Amino acid sequence: MPALSKQEKQELISEVLAAYPEEARAEREKHLYVNDPEMESTTKCLTANRKSQPGVMTARGCAYAGSKGVVWGPVKDMVHISHGPVGCGQYSWGTRRNYSTGSTGIDNFVVMQVTSDFQERDIVFGGDKKLEQMIREIKEIFPLAKGITIQSECPIGLIGDDIEAVAKRMSAELNMPIVPVRCEGFRGVSQSLGHHLANDTVRDHVLGTAEPADSTDYDVAIIGDYNIGGDAWASRIILEEMGLRVIAQWSGDGTLNEMQTTHKAKLNLVHCYRSMNYIARHMEEKYGIPWLEYNFFGPTKIEESVRAIAAKFDKKVQDKAEEVIASHKGRMQAVLDKYRPRLEGKKVMLYVGGLRPRHVIGAYEDLGMEIIGTGYEFGHNDDYDRTLKEAGDATLIYDDVTAYELEAFAENMRPDVIGAGVKEKYVFQKMGIPFRQMHSWDYSGPYHGYDGFEIFARDMDMAVNAPAYKLMKAPWKNA
Amino acid sequence: MQEALNIKDHNGLFELERYKESQEAKKAFEKWPTEDEIEKVRAYTCSDEYKEKNFGRTALTINPAKACQPLGAIFAAAGFDGCLPYVHGSQGCTAYFRSHFNRHFKEPFAAVSDSMTEDAAVFGGHKNMIAGLKNAYALYKPKMIAVSSTCMAEVIGDDLNAFIKNAKKAESVPADFPVPFAHTPSFVGSHVTGYDNMLKGILFQLTQGVEKAPADNGKVNIIPGFDGFAVGNIQEIKRILKLMGVDSIVLADNSDVLDTPLDGTYKMYAGGTTIEEVKAAKNARATFALLPDSVEKATKTLIKDEWAQQFFASIPLGLAGTDAWLMKLSEVTGKEIPAELERERGKALDAMTDSNYYLHGKRFAIFGDPSYAEALTDFYMELGAEPVHIVVTNGSKKWAKAFNKKLSESSFGKGGKVHQGADLWHLRSLMISEPVDFLVGSTHGKQIAKELDVPLIRIGFPIFDRHHLHRYPTFGYRGIINILTWTVNAILDDLDRKATFNNDFVR
Repeated sequence: MPALSKQEKQELISEVLAAYPEEARAEREKHLYVNDPEMESTTKCLTANRKSQPGVMTARGCAYAGSKGVVWGPVKDMVHISHGPVGCGQYSWGTRRNYSTGSTGIDNFVVMQVTSDFQERDIVFGGDKKLEQMIREIKEIFPLAKGITIQSECPIGLIGDDIEAVAKRMSAELNMPIVPVRCEGFRGVSQSLGHHLANDTVRDHVLGTAEPADSTDYDVAIIGDYNIGGDAWASRIILEEMGLRVIAQWSGDGTLNEMQTTHKAKLNLVHCYRSMNYIARHMEEKYGIPWLEYNFFGPTKIEESVRAIAAKFDKKVQDKAEEVIASHKGRMQAVLDKYRPRLEGKKVMLYVGGLRPRHVIGAYEDLGMEIIGTGYEFGHNDDYDRTLKEAGDATLIYDDVTAYELEAFAENMRPDVIGAGVKEKYVFQKMGIPFRQMHSWDYSGPYHGYDGFEIFARDMDMAVNAPAYKLMKAPWKNA
Repeated sequence: MQEALNIKDHNGLFELERYKESQEAKKAFEKWPTEDEIEKVRAYTCSDEYKEKNFGRTALTINPAKACQPLGAIFAAAGFDGCLPYVHGSQGCTAYFRSHFNRHFKEPFAAVSDSMTEDAAVFGGHKNMIAGLKNAYALYKPKMIAVSSTCMAEVIGDDLNAFIKNAKKAESVPADFPVPFAHTPSFVGSHVTGYDNMLKGILFQLTQGVEKAPADNGKVNIIPGFDGFAVGNIQEIKRILKLMGVDSIVLADNSDVLDTPLDGTYKMYAGGTTIEEVKAAKNARATFALLPDSVEKATKTLIKDEWAQQFFASIPLGLAGTDAWLMKLSEVTGKEIPAELERERGKALDAMTDSNYYLHGKRFAIFGDPSYAEALTDFYMELGAEPVHIVVTNGSKKWAKAFNKKLSESSFGKGGKVHQGADLWHLRSLMISEPVDFLVGSTHGKQIAKELDVPLIRIGFPIFDRHHLHRYPTFGYRGIINILTWTVNAILDDLDRKATFNNDFVR
């Protein structure tokens, strides 16, 4: 299928929106546009981070998902209470693949569903007493837990519970950090507010409350890498090869101590800007720590980022950075030699969270693939601004796209592969379009770093060139 | 020339020395406990003292085996032709429900939310319902929208009936468009309760104005219940009913929409019980609910009282379970059990004797929903296996008491105990103090199974980490062969893996 022109894509948007009732259409129009890299900013063509329209089938989650699921959940030596009814913790239990070392239930509590399992009486009489008792029980049951977070579910903010008071009291009683997070699912418009609230609670309760054993000029922190399939490990190893010391990982495979001592980093390296720019800005203001956005998807972006990071340090690091780049060249070329011919010219549509809709574009381009549509579930305008130059001319951009729109776009543009979430996966596979989950790496990964790119290339080939899709039509149906 | 590409993903990559070194060095920044400290705590968590503390918990729930009501509600709603499940409340819930089903069935799962936010928390979700029904109706062109609710909407006391009426007045949907509803607070009961409430809501609403005929129409209704094996089981039950010559209506038949072919088109609505069938169901001769826990209150009351129908709730699983179910069906319909089913029964029994020696006397633990846990326990006892720990987080005390009594009266079951209201962290303590040979349950059992090196037989919900199991029935005589195959082969795999000198080709 020939690629659609800018004009045709604009028409496609209007066509698709025609199905909406007027009010919803007027709102949805502000979330769809065709990219023009010449634009300075997206403020004129896009409104992002707005409420989803009721009833349209948004893929978005909630503030609890942003706090418990994304920011706090991966901190491995703390117990995260899903405070409220049983469901939220149940559905987010062990499904995000933020890997960590340690023994579950002994010194690591990531893949556990710890809940107050609210019953009707808790709603009626309040849950503060139960919470207090729970916290004492956690201390007994998990002696190696270094701290506790309280992740509020919807009812907490509606029934007037004072979790802050409970946290303060119990923190003093048990002599450990207990962090109340007001991430009730009805707050904000998506996961995004949950990230922000979680960042604020790290700032208020954790950051700067312990000092590191020692300090060097080469201390950096990885901010906004959730170690999906081991991403942070594959990134850390590059930084270490450059001669840097990674004193903290936020928050994949992270620990309380790392978060407490990050204020002594010399540079904060921000991967997921959307979910953790808040804490990076705070550390810049309060501690004067500079921060740098980087991108470890695909060799082109990795090289750019490695050099940009090294430029913040001395010649020793810069020389090592060149060595690192040189040492991976051959291997990366071998990966490209194998996979690029199989993927060259293939068209990709993306719909992911708050970072990857722009960050993975370079990795696809390294493989000769073309992004024809991309969008964020919970991006803000600054994310779309950062996408202007990353996405090519005439790329279709969709914010908080509805299932209806995304299906219609895919049907019309027929990409060779779609990268989105599990709710989208099976829809597009039924349509005969190969698919990769780009939140969970479809149970693969890591995709970050040099090691990750090999896997990424292999996985895209597995999707695009899966023989099964070519067998869709029964042979007796062929003309 | 480069070495041949040997790409290692997460399964092998982090075993490489350079990663092990990197992770080891990271421990200094983690302030990670020493090996000694960790081993001390590990040993402590395996002690009797710890078990007592663990069972002394009064407020803390760790790794429960249950989910919340609206999950069950949209599962029931998905079983009706052209029905769009609609969840009134915060939007994150619906994202979670959908992905939960996606991961289990590896299929699309359509459902909408009306995305209530802070303003709705203050003023109620009335506006959201009006706009939500309008948008959903326009975009997804359903034949019916089934509304359930999240805990947010329930806490603020939104009135679904009034909101839907007002939405109809506001012409969000036509006045005669069916919008059944059910209040499904997540702080009451569990996912099976939500199934019950939503099913009742749909059956009630769609049969309003349907006259109760003086004579029944000879059909029987089948209610499959909240079943992770719904696809395989509904197809199997339909096959059995066909063999019996029984005319039936499956109420909430989601076996097609959760099992669509890859043919180049996505069909959001695929199969399911039609509105006409639901109307006919009111005048059926009898209703058979296959999972008693899924119809416990609301649906049972509707069918017995309002529909004035014979109502049977029993699970056709295991030999005696299937026998009893077929005999009751035969009695109610007057249709004989055909020779073919008797042959199938004989084949199942044949398979049971083939595998007997690997199962007789084996001790097992099981967790899951009450109906499944009980029926599976009964079946494993037919194989001579002995239940030890039965953990059910939902279910009722009354049910547990009756089940415990039944166990105490069985020579195989007398060593077993039902722990109603317990969770999987309790189960861990139980399995440490009284070890078993195998564990039966959902994917959530894999941590215990791995830690204690016990094979996990995946029967339950959710099963995220194995493929296609839901396509196989657990019900009927064919179901017996499936359960038996999974169980005996898991035990044999375990035996082979642990064998030192014994490398028998024949087992």
